Parts: sequence; structure tokens; C-alpha cells
Amino acid sequence: MPAAAPKKCRSDAAAGRAPLMSVRGLGIRFKTSLGVWQATRKIDFDIGAGERVGFVGESGCGKTITGLSILRLLPGNLAGLDGSILFDGTDLVSCSARAMRAIRGRRIAMIFQEPMSALDPVFTVGHQISETLCVHTGASKEEARAKTLEMLRRVGIASPERRIDDYPHQLSGGMRQRVMIAAALICGPQLLIADEPTTALDVTVQAQILELLRELSETSNTALMLITHDLGVVAETCTRMITMYAGEVIEDAPVDDALVRPLHPYTSGLLRSLPHLSPRHGRLPSIPGRVPSIVDMPNGCRFRARCAHAAPGCEAEQELRDAGGGRKVRCWRFRELDLPGALQHAASTPIAAMAGTP
Amino acid sequence: MPLGPDSTQDAIVSVRDLEVRFQTSDRRATVKAVDGVNFDVHRGETFGIIGESGSGKTTIGRALVFLLKPSAGAIRHEGIDPLALPRKRFQSHRRDYQIIFQDPNAALNPRMTILSSVLEPLELARAGTSAERERQAREALDRVGLPQDVGERYPHQLSGGQKQRVVIARALTLKPKLIVCDEVVAALDMSIRGDVLNLFADLQRELGLTYVFITHDLAVVSHISERIAVMYLGRFVELGPTERVSEHPLHPYTQALLSAEPRPLPSHLRQGSRIMLQGEIPSPIDPPSGCRFRTRCPYAQSLCAEQAPDWRELQPDHWVACHFAEHPDFAPN
Ligand SMILES: Nc1ncnc2c1ncn2[C@@H]1O[C@H](COP(=O)(O)OP(=O)(O)OP(=O)(O)O)[C@@H](O)[C@H]1O
Ligand SMILES: Nc1ncnc2c1ncn2[C@@H]1O[C@H](COP(=O)(O)OP(=O)(O)O)[C@@H](O)[C@H]1O
Ligand code: SF4
Ligand code: SF4
Ligand SMILES: [Mg+2]
Ligand SMILES: [Mg+2]
Repeated sequence: MPAAAPKKCRSDAAAGRAPLMSVRGLGIRFKTSLGVWQATRKIDFDIGAGERVGFVGESGCGKTITGLSILRLLPGNLAGLDGSILFDGTDLVSCSARAMRAIRGRRIAMIFQEPMSALDPVFTVGHQISETLCVHTGASKEEARAKTLEMLRRVGIASPERRIDDYPHQLSGGMRQRVMIAAALICGPQLLIADEPTTALDVTVQAQILELLRELSETSNTALMLITHDLGVVAETCTRMITMYAGEVIEDAPVDDALVRPLHPYTSGLLRSLPHLSPRHGRLPSIPGRVPSIVDMPNGCRFRARCAHAAPGCEAEQELRDAGGGRKVRCWRFRELDLPGALQHAASTPIAAMAGTP
Repeated sequence: MPLGPDSTQDAIVSVRDLEVRFQTSDRRATVKAVDGVNFDVHRGETFGIIGESGSGKTTIGRALVFLLKPSAGAIRHEGIDPLALPRKRFQSHRRDYQIIFQDPNAALNPRMTILSSVLEPLELARAGTSAERERQAREALDRVGLPQDVGERYPHQLSGGQKQRVVIARALTLKPKLIVCDEVVAALDMSIRGDVLNLFADLQRELGLTYVFITHDLAVVSHISERIAVMYLGRFVELGPTERVSEHPLHPYTQALLSAEPRPLPSHLRQGSRIMLQGEIPSPIDPPSGCRFRTRCPYAQSLCAEQAPDWRELQPDHWVACHFAEHPDFAPN
């Protein structure tokens, strides 16, 4: 089935503009007692203004550290950051610490899985949100408070006048995450990095938060980098999906295209292993083997030992190739493979378990 | 009043009016973690329990295997009340009813080899000679699909999926009749979740096991279970065959849960409006009067605040607790 041309999610590049952020050859190395570890390498991707990009992949593939590297918030045992992160004209890898501080929190903001760890328990939520504003914009106390109230209302906190002087422990998990989002968005950033923002929440609350993120991104043209291992979350929130495997980007495509017709065997394997996609009580397809260890990466394609389509030639280094239609894939065989996606078959029967959901 | 779903079938576990109460840590209040639950688990089936965190799923699971004592109500295993057994008999009886939790790291001692961990319950039960015990332990590791050399390794040398297999192997050595699986795949990466779920299905077929499968993941529970119970704030709100519950849910909360589940489908297949629930699950210390779901229910009427809905069998084998469940507006479109 030919992939439909992406409509609403056209990238800046396709529109002839430079993307908001352009990451090239990003690699992260850590010093450990066992030597230097190459945690990620050759990471290339673009994020356009207002675009919502989902980053998926298994535990340990490098999603979080890629997000942290953009704000230069990597842990202290960093051995080196290679490549470039061009954000609206500034290279975040090489810019001064001062330039970075002017961008962090103001033009690029980040939210995490556990809002409690990011909120300071000894300050009221109002203080924490307006603080950001005062530091970055020099707003007066009164201005900042008014803006904070407005922001709390926008993120869906009921009667914000009563909540603004609450301490974080007085709020429920969903409300804390809303406060985090308010603090992240108060300066009107161009890019919001959200690392598993709903993993700790219940599905009914998750639906509220995802809806909020999508709505805020649309109304204020904020780009969203959404890190998750839930493909359903990406499908419902993002316009583009980037799949990572063993420290590399292996596929980059408009969400619907990646779901309907993945080009990389790993993306296809991930989709096929979802219980949604198998008949009830039937056997679930799974990907044999496990992710190679960071200290023992194979040469050539890193997915080779688990790939059902491995062939002579796969032991060669794989580059992220342009596959046309705004898609990229790190597999030299992508043209000959016809891989199944989130539909049972080209007949496009969706998942048994979901057909009846309202 | 009917006691609970079909007591005619061969019930390996039957639960009547179960209540479990806890003191809060400051001892000032009581949490009704489970507040009046009735159900039977049939021999050989997989019985799924789904609900948001804090709804009481784990507490039911722990009560089922007598890791904690019910505050009120009764739990029978194959018709007998285990708490009425003499101490020794009770200890050996409990081996037939195992529980596995989410985090395999918490279940395995990092300083013990895998083989010693798997041997531990057999040794505690003093089953057979030491050679026999070792053979049984190795057999269990083999049965869950682990390579032979795993026995000599330590937990940190295994992946998350392998560790969860070890925990399953250990539960199997005592040849249980029933295993409560509490969020057992939640910590596993999606690419290996399928493997572990397949393993549960294989073991059930080969050994005739019964499972109570607890999870907050709808896709997982509806894949593996024959019947599903939906829990909210300490009570069951719906119980029925998987197909009925996941395709024709009767309770507004089940409908909302199903519609909130993010679906990994392209946009043209995700049509249909979503029931957005307001707010979050209230505290079990001070639950709402009447129907506990009423503070978030889009259909709540004044009756819902005054009176708790009965637990009734609206369709054959399909139970629900909602005053208005037969209302046509409730049918999902
Ligand atoms: N401070 C550190 N020192 C050494 N290695 C590290 C450090 N932080 C991360 N790593 C390694 O880098 C890799 C990527 O880690 P990262 O946290 O980005 O994974 P992730 O994709 O976010 O996984 P998850 O889905 O579990 O959150 C892993 O192999 C991890 O062990
Ligand atoms: N040992 C305990 N002491 C006090 N409260 C508890 C204890 N165990 C569980 N609870 C409370 O009982 C309720 C149900 O908890 P639990 O059964 O763990 O829910 P679930 O497994 O559905 O997330 C929660 O409000 C929880 O905080
Ligand atoms: S390069 Fe070869 S081994 Fe790697 S994903 Fe493609 S077909 Fe599989
Ligand atoms: S009893 Fe009332 S509040 Fe409860 S679920 Fe039914 S309609 Fe909603
Ligand atoms: Mg992470
Ligand atoms: Mg639990």
C-alpha cells in the first residue's frame, strides 16, 4: 500500500524553511569505571516549528539522554558530546554556558515523568512558576502572578486562585503534571521536551494531559519532542515518529505512514508485538533475542542478530537513508522488504480488541 | 440478593463480600481498599482485573493468596476456608496459590545465583532429596525457556524479561493450582512482553493453571483473559466475558476507560469521539456517597448520590453496578 503523503505535518524543510532545530551526528559518550561508553551515535533529526515528534524505542535506547543533551543537562560523567544541535541559528553543543542559560527554560523547556522530583517541595506552585518568568523576563511580581494564574487556568487547573498558593504535595499526580506543564510553558518556549510525561498517570488522566499538550502546541505553535514507549500515545498526539534502537535513530516518518507501513524491520516488529494487533487469545508475535549491550555493540546493522530479514550485506555499517516522502530509514534493504504495520493486513482490518471501542 | 456470578461453575476461588481495611500511616483514618467484592474464579481460566492505580487490585490479589487477612467477608479455595485449617496444613495449602509481582528485581536476591533463588521455595517446603529438588528447579528454568547456564548466573547478568521468567519458574516449582499475576509485564519492554504473555498461555495449557491477571493495561488484559472485572475505588463496577466487557461495556466507567486507551492506529482508523472524564479518582479514605463513580460520571443523577447501585446480572454472566446501566444512551456508538 503506498504511503499517503503527509498533509498537516509537513516539515519546515518541505515548506522551504530551515527547521526550528536540526540535530546532526549527535553522539553521547560517558566515562564509567569500565572505560568510555558510546551511549548514542550518529543521531540525525529535524524538528519544525509547531511540529510534534514522538521518540519511541525500548528501555536504554537513548531517548532520555538525547532529550537531555539538547539542554546540556547530561549527567556529570559525560565524556563527550559530538555533532551539532542547531537551534534557531545557535549550535547548542558548542555555544557558551551563558547562551545556553538564556535558552534553557525560556526558549526550550522540559518536563519529566515524575513531576514531584522536578517541583521543589518547599515552595508554592505559584512561586515556582512565576520564578521562571521573573528570572527570564524581568517581569514584576504582580505581572508574574497574574500571568501564572492565567497559565494555571490554561492548563486546566480549576479555581487557580485557590491552588496558586498550594504546595506540590497538596496536589494529585495529574494536577502536578499540569503545574509542571504550566511552569514549562510560562515563558512561551518554541520547543517543549516531554520525557514520558504521562507514564505515571492513569489512562483517564493521561488522555486529559495528552489532549492538553496537543491543544497547547497547536494554539501557540510550540514544537513538541515527546519521549515515550507507548506507540498509542505517539499515534494520538504526534505528527511524526522517530524510532530509536541501540543508541541510533533507525526510522523517521510521518506517524500514520510509520504505523501503516513501517520501513525498518524493528519498527515493524514493535508494532506487531502489541497485543492490540493480535487476535484475542492468539499468540503474540515477539522479537527474538535482546538489545545488544552498550559495551558490546556488533559491527554493521545493530539489529542484525534479531532481524528476520538479515542477509549478506547487513554486516556493513548502515546509514540513515532518505526513503522519499519525508521518510528516513537505517536499513539498506528497505525497498525490497514489504513489512506489516499496525493493520492486520493490507485489507486494513484493525485490531480485534479495539474494533468495538467507542 | 444473589451472592455473586455463577456459583454453578467449578470455582477454584470464591470471594464473598470481601472487605480489606488499612489504617493510614498517621493512624487517624481508615482506608477501605476493598469494600464489598463478590466473584468466583473458574478452574483453568484467566480472570482479569483492571482499574486505575489505587483502586484496590493489588490488595485483592494479596488477599486471594492470604498474604493479608480480609477485614470482613470470606475467601474459599475449592470450597474450603484456608483460615480454618490447622497452621501446618495452612502453610502447605498456601503453596498451591502463588502470587507474582511487577518488579522481578525486588523478588530476586542479588547475591544469590538464579538456581539458588529457584530452589529456595522447594527447600522451605522440604520437598524430596536435594538432587530431586535441583532437578525440579532446572526443569522449571527450562520450562520457562531459559538457557541451561542461567542457573549459575546472578540477577544482574540477566535482562528484565529473563528475570521475570526466573520469578515465574520459581512460582512453578511448587506446582501451584493458581497464580495471581500482578502487573507482571508492566516493567517489561514491549518487544519482549509478547514472549512472556505467550509463556503464560503455554504454561496454562500444559499445566492446567488458573490465573488472576491484574493490570492497568487494557490491551494486555483483554488479550489474555476469558473474563474481566473492572474495579473502581475498592469495588467492582462490571464483570463479564472479555468480548462483552471490551466491546459492549455496560458501565460508564468501563466505557470511559476503553475510550481513553491510546490506540496505535493511523488517524483514519481512530475516528469516534472520546469520553473525557473530568478530574481524578477520589481518595478511598473518604469516598463519595452512593455510587463511587458519580463525581466523574457523565450520566450521574441525584439518585446516584443517595444510593449505591446494586451489583446485578444485567445480561447472562455480565454483571454491573450502575442504576442506569440499561439506559440506551449508555450503549457505545
Ligand atoms: N550517566 C550515565 N553513565 C553511563 N551510561 C549512561 C548514563 N546515563 C545513561 N546511560 C546509558 O545510556 C543509554 C541510554 O540511556 P537513556 O536513559 O537515554 O535510555 P532511554 O531510552 O531513555 O530508556 P528508558 O525508556 O528506560 O527511559 C543506556 O544504555 C544507559 O545505560
Ligand atoms: N499496607 C497498606 N497500608 C495502608 N494503605 C494501603 C496499604 N496497601 C494498600 N493501601 C491503600 O489501599 C488502596 C488500594 O491499593 P492497591 O490495592 O495497592 O491498589 P492498586 O493495586 O489497584 O493500585 C490505596 O488507596 C492504597 O494506598
Ligand atoms: S540492515 Fe539487514 S539486519 Fe539490519 S534491519 Fe535491515 S535487513 Fe535487518
Ligand atoms: S450509578 Fe449513576 S453515577 Fe454511578 S455509574 Fe451509574 S449513572 Fe453513573
Ligand atoms: Mg528514559
Ligand atoms: Mg497495584
